[in-house]
Amino acid sequence: MGKTLFDKVWDSHVVDRIKDGPDILYIDKHLIHEVTSPQAFSELKNRNIPVFRPNQIVATADHNVPTLNQHLPIQDALSRKQVAQLNENCVEHGIELYGLGHPYQGIVHVIGPELGITQPGMTMVCGDSHTSTHGAFGSIAFGIGTSQVAQVFASQCLLVDKPKSMRITVNGQLSPGVHPKDVVLYIIAQLGTDAGTGHFVEFAGSVFEQMSMEGRMTVCNMSIEMGARGGMIAPDETTYSYVKGKEFAPTGVKLDQKIAYWKTLPSDNDAQFDQEYRFEASNIRPMVTYGTNPGMGIGIGETIPNESGASFEKSLSYMGFKKGDSLENLPINYVFIGSCTNSRIEDFRAASEYIKGKQKAPNVHALIVPGSQQVAKQIEEEGLKDVFEAAGFEIRQAGCSACLAMNEDKIPAGEYCVSTSNRNFEGRQGPGARTILASPITAAAAAVEGKIVDCTQI
Amino acid sequence: MEKFEKLNTQAVPLNIENVDTDQIIPARFLKATDRNGFGDNLFRDWRYDSNNQPIEEFVLNNPDFSGKILVAGNNFGCGSSREHAAWALTDYGFKVVISSFFADIFKGNALNNGLLPIQVSPEVLANIFEVLEENPKASFVVDLKAQKLLVENIELEIDFEINNYKKTCLLNGYDDIDYLVSQKEKIGQFENLKNA
Ligand code: SF4
Repeated sequence: MGKTLFDKVWDSHVVDRIKDGPDILYIDKHLIHEVTSPQAFSELKNRNIPVFRPNQIVATADHNVPTLNQHLPIQDALSRKQVAQLNENCVEHGIELYGLGHPYQGIVHVIGPELGITQPGMTMVCGDSHTSTHGAFGSIAFGIGTSQVAQVFASQCLLVDKPKSMRITVNGQLSPGVHPKDVVLYIIAQLGTDAGTGHFVEFAGSVFEQMSMEGRMTVCNMSIEMGARGGMIAPDETTYSYVKGKEFAPTGVKLDQKIAYWKTLPSDNDAQFDQEYRFEASNIRPMVTYGTNPGMGIGIGETIPNESGASFEKSLSYMGFKKGDSLENLPINYVFIGSCTNSRIEDFRAASEYIKGKQKAPNVHALIVPGSQQVAKQIEEEGLKDVFEAAGFEIRQAGCSACLAMNEDKIPAGEYCVSTSNRNFEGRQGPGARTILASPITAAAAAVEGKIVDCTQI
Repeated sequence: MEKFEKLNTQAVPLNIENVDTDQIIPARFLKATDRNGFGDNLFRDWRYDSNNQPIEEFVLNNPDFSGKILVAGNNFGCGSSREHAAWALTDYGFKVVISSFFADIFKGNALNNGLLPIQVSPEVLANIFEVLEENPKASFVVDLKAQKLLVENIELEIDFEINNYKKTCLLNGYDDIDYLVSQKEKIGQFENLKNA
């Protein structure tokens, strides 16, 4: 029987299989940030264990950093301490750090790919669930808890049970104005937030084959929101040409050898998956969420379904919606274009294309937060900054920002925010904040119109 | 990690589905650099209003309920990988969470911190919620060695599943790091082969 992409990468990283227990899985790259690493470093210290392979770790500060005046000391004392602690730990253990002020700093899932750290066929982990993003390259990438961060520090390995495999195929042609974000919101709305539990998902079919790397990252980023351990897309020419020339990517003969290996990775024709789903591209419309989990999504213009249950009711009352409502023309006050889901250059290009020559609505606060210093630089060089500023958008510095309301970027209670991030949980963007997840184009259109509109209809 | 001993305790019902890690411990409380003290902010935004006053209706503020078991609705612990969620629960004093379904990463994090997730069928879960509604002081026994959960008032005995390796770890109070560090030689050999 043939092997899946997932099998091939997993099996080549198994150091040993424990009888009646998990596999010892070797980890090629370990990304760390300030929030989930300090306790892991202290764990090591308490046990007097050194970091085993510091050269395979890359650190950045993203979750807890301000997005204004990054050259000044961080004002919040606890945040400042956490970021300072990361610096100290990295120096002490000889770990490469792209901290605040470094030209490579940014959201950990944006900088990995853009620096060429992320490559096909690798195993990668980070103490952050959206590590699944890196699966867009055909690598096995997944989020881990802090105890596991300590395990990887100590041994460059993890004890894990091999997940099951799932394939989601989307064939056909997407309608103009339908973004990769809409594709993944559609899939989660169809399958629910726990459909992927215990599985690694491979996204296959013509829609993903034709998608840019940025789009593939958006899709794999949100695979965790359907409960999966991670998502993957088979590497192809699009992948190779993205990786090629990046700072830490292989070059010359090395690259040729790698590409020859990467070509062997796609799932064999006779590979079997534990679970399969198929969707048709033409059914996918621009999506928005109306509830407090990412599976509560509908096409703009569709109405909120008539479901029952205490959780459903609670969710609607938090959001201030009723069954049967449509979100089309709903007035909104905040727009956030950023987060590891949609803060890459392609996302800002798409948004600026829509915004060019227009003005944001007077009642809307529109925030543009690039995923990394490099993206920020590109925004400036490509002239997108001028477009955003002329339209009245506020451009911030790189970080997680209003995606999780851990720093000072928060949405006030009761306000609607059209957000390109990945989670619409209660209070995620600030206590009482109401998040509506959408694509960068839908967010841009909402900022300009002051309400939710279907940009494919304009 | 502490050894997991046989428990004889009461339970706190949280009859809500899809409780995500942002509810268990909101992100704004993740700035600490050690593991302690997260229990104070467990379910913070359900437990306290914006003036930091306890919200009476929330179950943790209800003096009728106490004990080392949290009984929660389906799909508990979804959302982020933050282990702070498990720390908040253990720091508060919970040793066991019962639900009809747990999110993957949460389950792993719980086990790594000596917090036992017990998965039961939706029917059994509904049953337990009913028992607690009628009798908040209902008593429970958790016997990890025998993999049994006992609801004494209704003499309900449930066998639960747990990975054998994890069970041994919990019972003996040792964890994955100890094991992995003992395997370094093998890991080094693997690296040599891989880079050859
Ligand atoms: S942008 Fe949001 S989802 Fe992504 S890593 Fe940061 S906090 Fe997590």
